[in-house]
Order: sequence, then structure tokens, then C-alpha cells
Amino acid sequence: MSQTRKQLLVDPLVDNNPITLQVLGICSALAVTSSLNVAFVMSLAVIAVTGFSSLFISFLRNYIPNSIRIIVQMVIIASLVILVDQIIKAYAYEISKTLSVFVGLIITNCIVMGRAEAFAMKNTPFNSFVDGVGNGLGYSLLLMCVGVVRELFGSGTLFGITILDSVNNGGWYVPNGLLLLPPSAFFIIGFLIWGVRSWKKSQVEAREYKIQSLEVH
Amino acid sequence: MSDSNNIFTKFKNMPVDGIVKTVIVATTLCFVCSMVVSFAAVNLKSIQEVNKAIDKQKNILQVAGIYHEGIDVNKTFSSFQPLVVDLNSGKFTDKFDPFIFDDKKASQDPLLSISLENDPASIGRRTNYATIYLLKKDDGSLDKVILPIHGYGLWSTLYGFIALEDNLNDIFGLQFYQHAETPGLGAEVDNPKWKAQWKGKKLNNENGELMIQVAKTQKYKEHHIDALAGATLTSNGVDNLVKFWMGKDGFKKFLNNLKNGAA
Repeated sequence: MSQTRKQLLVDPLVDNNPITLQVLGICSALAVTSSLNVAFVMSLAVIAVTGFSSLFISFLRNYIPNSIRIIVQMVIIASLVILVDQIIKAYAYEISKTLSVFVGLIITNCIVMGRAEAFAMKNTPFNSFVDGVGNGLGYSLLLMCVGVVRELFGSGTLFGITILDSVNNGGWYVPNGLLLLPPSAFFIIGFLIWGVRSWKKSQVEAREYKIQSLEVH
Repeated sequence: MSDSNNIFTKFKNMPVDGIVKTVIVATTLCFVCSMVVSFAAVNLKSIQEVNKAIDKQKNILQVAGIYHEGIDVNKTFSSFQPLVVDLNSGKFTDKFDPFIFDDKKASQDPLLSISLENDPASIGRRTNYATIYLLKKDDGSLDKVILPIHGYGLWSTLYGFIALEDNLNDIFGLQFYQHAETPGLGAEVDNPKWKAQWKGKKLNNENGELMIQVAKTQKYKEHHIDALAGATLTSNGVDNLVKFWMGKDGFKKFLNNLKNGAA
């Protein structure tokens, strides 16, 4: 794999992470991270959709009329999402019950549209595929980080395996119920963004305004 | 060959933003995508249906207390006898094939259901016909009855089963197979420790009055199930739906008939 392709794959993990840097795809990150099993399947679904939608859109990029390009992208993305949803329903029924509507909502995930519009429309199919997979991985990495915190401290388990024996099952750990509710993911993602930007100073955005001192006459 | 090549080059040379090309691209894309989607939907449907059926059977086995990891669901399930009950008369009916009758669909069909005026479980319409499952002992006498129940919790309709002992008053178990309550709070209806409370509780008192209750405070020990901490609305929902389905608009008539051998 050439240097640029490797860059395309690795860059979105931390340096250009779709969630922490671009702050895209937040809604689904809130919804599916209360258990790792679900977050994992969601991650696979998003990687598949971003990868293949970028691939197909890039194949067609020279034939897509500019006036309907967003709709064309949406049609391709939506078809892929339905395909993924049907496959999950057929082969991972238990998990599809908990994921329910969120797989369908990948269609509206800004990351997928963002990569299609910003990268796949201008680059070769294989590079676009790698870029899509890379961004899917970046999303997944963050999803798994949030999922670990939420499931471990919210239910005392990881991937459904008991780590901290919770009071409900006769153990000692009192689970933090807040972590099972979507708002907790906001806090965790916020702390993660803070952490990443303290580590990589270049990600800190420039101020859009400066607080001026007021002189009273 | 050269002809099709010509058409292709002609298409390629069209202005990308021209109306003709836009229409051609849009139509072709829609056609291809719809083919792919319908192909997947049709081909995977049978596997999905099997999954759904197995999931339901598994839940029936669980509520009857005979499920364990690695069991052959399909084979074990064949010891259950499914029957369709007419809820208005409280008697078995052979109008429908119990193996394919769909209670959920019937609840939507105005010919097969009634609109409820007194609707504590918030289900809107109630089917007139419900599929129940009988488990017989080896000597042919009744062991357990499994009845389908559903009702609204906090976020979602909870679908489940309640299993009754052969005296038709003692609860053997209760289990929901479909709901979308809050994980960790309302979804604790799936917690084995909470579910274990139901075992041995009595539906009615000696006078035949429905006494079963999901509540925070205990009135009668043999009718009381502790509400879930932090999930008042889900607990109320479960309370309402159990009372509804075990009451006069639900299975009460049928259970009385079955007890008297008149079903």
C-alpha cells in the first residue's frame, strides 16, 4: 500500500477523526453506545456503508450530473444501508432488535455524505474506498471508546461479560444509571474532544472573535 | 458491437449537466438500486422469518422454564400445543390455523378486533382471537398455559408471555420478548432476579377477584410484585397490561372456562 493510501486510512483515526475533529455523526454515537455489542455491529455497518458508498460514487463521479449529485449520492447510500439492515436482520437477529432504527439512520449520518461529497466525487475509486473505510474506522474507534466507558460503569459489563459485579445481580457495584442514558455520551465525547485537542494542539480551532476590553468614556 | 459502442460514446460525450443525461443517469441508477434492494429483501426474507419464529418460540420455552443454552428450540417447542382462543366467548376456536394465525395482524384488522373504550394497557385495539400454548404432562393432563400479553410501557409497547400453572391461578413466569424501554432502568424487566419474583404469585384471591399488582408498596404478599427502581412508568405499564390481559376484557373468561372444562 502506498504512502498516501496508508495516510488515507490512518489519518481519520486521530488526526482527522470525523467525530472529534469534524464533529459529525454525533446522534448515532449517542444512541448506540450503551452496550459494546451493539456499538460493534453499528461500527461494522458504518464502515461497510462509508467504504462502499465512496467506492460506487467515485466510480460514477464523471457521470453524475452536478444538478442532482446529492440525490444520486443519497440513493446509493440509502440502498447500501437497506442492504446492510437486511443482512443484519437475517444473520444477527438479536442485535438487530436493539439497533432497530439506528441502522436505517446511517443514511442521515453526516460522515457518509461528507466523504462522498468531499472526497469520492474528486478521487479514484480505490482511494475513495480506503478513505471511506478509514473514516468508518475513525467513527468506530470513538464509538468503542465511548461504549467501553458507558457499558463498564453503566452496567458493570464489557461485551456482556460481567467485570464489575452489579448490585442488581447480588454484587457490590452500584451502576451509574446516567451512563445508560444518551446525554452521558455527550459528556464523554466532550471530554474525549478535550483530551485529543490537548494532545494534538493543531486541532484547536482559532477563535472566531476576541473579547475586547470595554472603555468607558 | 460497434453500434453499442457508438451509443456509449455518444452518451459519454453528452454534456454532464444536460437534461437528457440527467434523466438517463437518474433512471438507470434508481432502477439498479431498486433491483439490488428488492433482491436482498426477497432473498433474505425467509431467513428473517425463521429468526423471528425461533425467537418467539425461544421466549415461550423460557417463560415455561425449559430453555437452556444450546437446546434445539424447534424440537422442544413441538411439545407445546398452540390453540386459538376466541376472547369474547372464552372458548377455543378452529376458525384459524394456530400455526400461522398472527395475533398482531389481527389486532389491526377491524373484522377481527375491537376498539377498546376501557384501555388501561394503551393498546388501542384488542384482537378477538389470541394464540395460546398448552404444555401437557406425560399423562396428558395440563401442565402449563402460556398466554400472550402486551401493553404500553414508557417508550414502547412491551410484548411478552405469561405462564400459568395447572390450577390457572398461580403464575409460573413472565417474560417480554420485544420492547424498547430504557436500558438499565425499564429494560430491567428482563432481569432474571426481577422476573423470578413472579413465580408462585397468585392472580386472584379466594373470591375470584383479580388482585395481582406491580407496585412499590406491598398490600398482599401472594399478589405483590416489587416495582422496578427508577422505572415507575414501565412498572405501571406492566401492572396495567397484566391486569388488563388477566381481567374480563382479556383471558379471564377463557381461564374460567378452561378450569371448568368448558373451553
